[in-house]
Amino acid sequence: MPTFFEKRQVVTPGELVAEGDYIPGENTYKEGNKLFASRIGLVDYENKKVNVVALKAFYVPKLGDIIIGTITEVGFNGWTVDINAPYLALLRASDVLSRPYKPQQDDLPTFLDTGDLIVAKIFSYDRTHDPQLTVGEPGLGKITRGEIMKVTPTKIPRIIGRKGSMISMIKQETNCNIILGLNGVVLITGKTVEDEQLAMMAIRKIEDESHTSGLTDRITQMLKEEKSKREENKK
Amino acid sequence: MSDVITKVKQKQIAQLIEKDKRLDGRGLTDYREIKIEQGIIERAEGSARILLGKTEIVTGIKVEVGEPFTDTPEEGVLTVNAELVPLASPNFEAGPPDETSVELARIVDRGIRESKMIDTSKLVIEPGKKVFVVFVDVYVLNHDGNLIDASTLASVAALLNTKMPNYEIKDDEVKIKPGYTQLPIKKHPIEITLAKIGNKLIVDPGLDEEQVMDARITLSIDDDGNICAIQKGGSGSFAPEQILEAAKIAKDKAKEIRKHLKW
Amino acid sequence: MNDKPDKLIDKKGLRLDGRKFDELRPLKLEVGILPNANGSAYIEHGKNKILAGVYGPREVHPKHLTLQDRTLIKCRYHMAPFSVQERKSPAPSRREVELSKVIRESLEPAIFLENYPRTGIDIFIEVLQADGGTRCASITAAALALADAGIPMRDLVVSCAAGKADDTVVLDLMDEEDKLGSADVPVAVMPNLNEITLLQMDGILTHEEFETAIKLALDGCKKIYEMQKEALKTKYVGVKDLEVEE
Repeated sequence: MPTFFEKRQVVTPGELVAEGDYIPGENTYKEGNKLFASRIGLVDYENKKVNVVALKAFYVPKLGDIIIGTITEVGFNGWTVDINAPYLALLRASDVLSRPYKPQQDDLPTFLDTGDLIVAKIFSYDRTHDPQLTVGEPGLGKITRGEIMKVTPTKIPRIIGRKGSMISMIKQETNCNIILGLNGVVLITGKTVEDEQLAMMAIRKIEDESHTSGLTDRITQMLKEEKSKREENKK
Repeated sequence: MSDVITKVKQKQIAQLIEKDKRLDGRGLTDYREIKIEQGIIERAEGSARILLGKTEIVTGIKVEVGEPFTDTPEEGVLTVNAELVPLASPNFEAGPPDETSVELARIVDRGIRESKMIDTSKLVIEPGKKVFVVFVDVYVLNHDGNLIDASTLASVAALLNTKMPNYEIKDDEVKIKPGYTQLPIKKHPIEITLAKIGNKLIVDPGLDEEQVMDARITLSIDDDGNICAIQKGGSGSFAPEQILEAAKIAKDKAKEIRKHLKW
Repeated sequence: MNDKPDKLIDKKGLRLDGRKFDELRPLKLEVGILPNANGSAYIEHGKNKILAGVYGPREVHPKHLTLQDRTLIKCRYHMAPFSVQERKSPAPSRREVELSKVIRESLEPAIFLENYPRTGIDIFIEVLQADGGTRCASITAAALALADAGIPMRDLVVSCAAGKADDTVVLDLMDEEDKLGSADVPVAVMPNLNEITLLQMDGILTHEEFETAIKLALDGCKKIYEMQKEALKTKYVGVKDLEVEE
């Protein structure tokens, strides 16, 4: 049962990765006995499962995902939200009000208006309708301060790190609160602008070097160096 | 009733094709019944009406005096247009030609033009200044599949029926005088369209078959069996061997279909 | 006035630009050159200069065209007014309408249409300079733009034309051969699956000549495919990153 690429080699869409009794994982598909890549990425083998870690992909909504989105329209009984995905999402008025919506009394723009940012959770989604959001859980709701940055959604797991090790380290070193929307939108809230920028620098670096190893150490190193540079400049 | 094809029918067609059979009982390489009538529009310089099964096309030919193209001053002009009139199908809308109608006209045009069916050098009145312009207008009156082959057949039949007015040049002006000359015809191109369903090739797809086919391929064949135009259509694909097989089938069928024409 | 050359192929078997019958014109491919598009690519093939951009998957506009069970692919092939010898009107010609359709149909088989129902993928092709074989170059670039957009594909699509100049079947027609030759056969193929997604022909060929033309075109496609892979890898994996430590 042959494989035609080694782990971490780059493949392009349509390249034959393996032939035989293999299971098609992420960004691959099977036709008969042949397993092909469907996106450009790095080959990865998990026993019989063949994955391609995509170097470029867009976010596809999933039930339960925490995302950060922008209100694009105030509608009849809710809001349309841009979640950086092929589909627009919906947030019902009743979800924000925590009670039925009364059009005579409730003025929707006072709660959320076009251009507002929210952290929300996808609570309903399937092939036949657009994703529906909820903000009815702790930690969710309108964003009032902080820096927003967009990263490639496929890199989010790398930014989180194994068991959250990478993101915890960044939070600690920069003293920032960081919310990672699985849709590739990141919210950073720190005590100072410099702290927030430090966190952004770290996240950008992870995005650029996500497919290399020893990254956690390098990022920690970089943050420590930047912070000492700042101390120097203050003197 | 909606014209969306039901899943049940899709399955039926697929299962029959597996056994080399089709919904209407035809074999994979059988055309539907063909009926041709020529000269049905007296106002036109040439015309023909064709029935291919229930697909109905009328092609009218108008011949007018015009200017040649700058890069071919010693040749007459041929132009083909197709109209998918709204009454022909619940899916056709009124308006400017859409991509289906443009593609249809251009495939018919290619077959006639590349086979050199019309001797355009004989359409010159005054080289570089005045030539005959032959307008081929394809009118689809009922769509029951395979508009390409039917339109080509109707257009070729109409051209065979076409007479150009006689003329004389008086005082530097083209004056039409009584009498007609037959349009100078050298070849009789036939277009054969094959559809791919499952992994089989069928000729002359009906409307139902067109709705389930993966892709289609049309070949235009001249009297000597040469290929003068090809067009693959649809969002599917063909293996290279299937293309060559289609070409073989088209060569044979063209000979057969050409017998329906009279000249 | 332009002089028409007597022969397209000289006694030594060389064509007007010095090529042999089975040689491709010079080709250059670049991926990801338009910052706003989700995916993009640029191709130079002979004197052709063509840009391809992809947006999507995204909402379908106008809304009533939305398909419930799959993505709607839209494609617009358009030539800039300055792309050809005699200025071309910016309004879409019938040729552009037909090419938009056949190019779309050459790329659709490579896309998993059912993956993202109720969305649309828009492919835009702008020919900045034309030199024979624009539809083939467009398809080669558009396939890269789709991959660059991160859209999952069954395979890339690569395209090349063969034709007949004087009495010889040749690969990759240049402009004069396109205009003065006796046949033009553009072919597009999904190279790993070996499935032909575009095939057209105009001119006159015997069956044997047609078979030769297809084989030549498919060979040319294979060579261009290698360049497509290179172009993608160059964009996504810089040279230094190829040495990955473990």
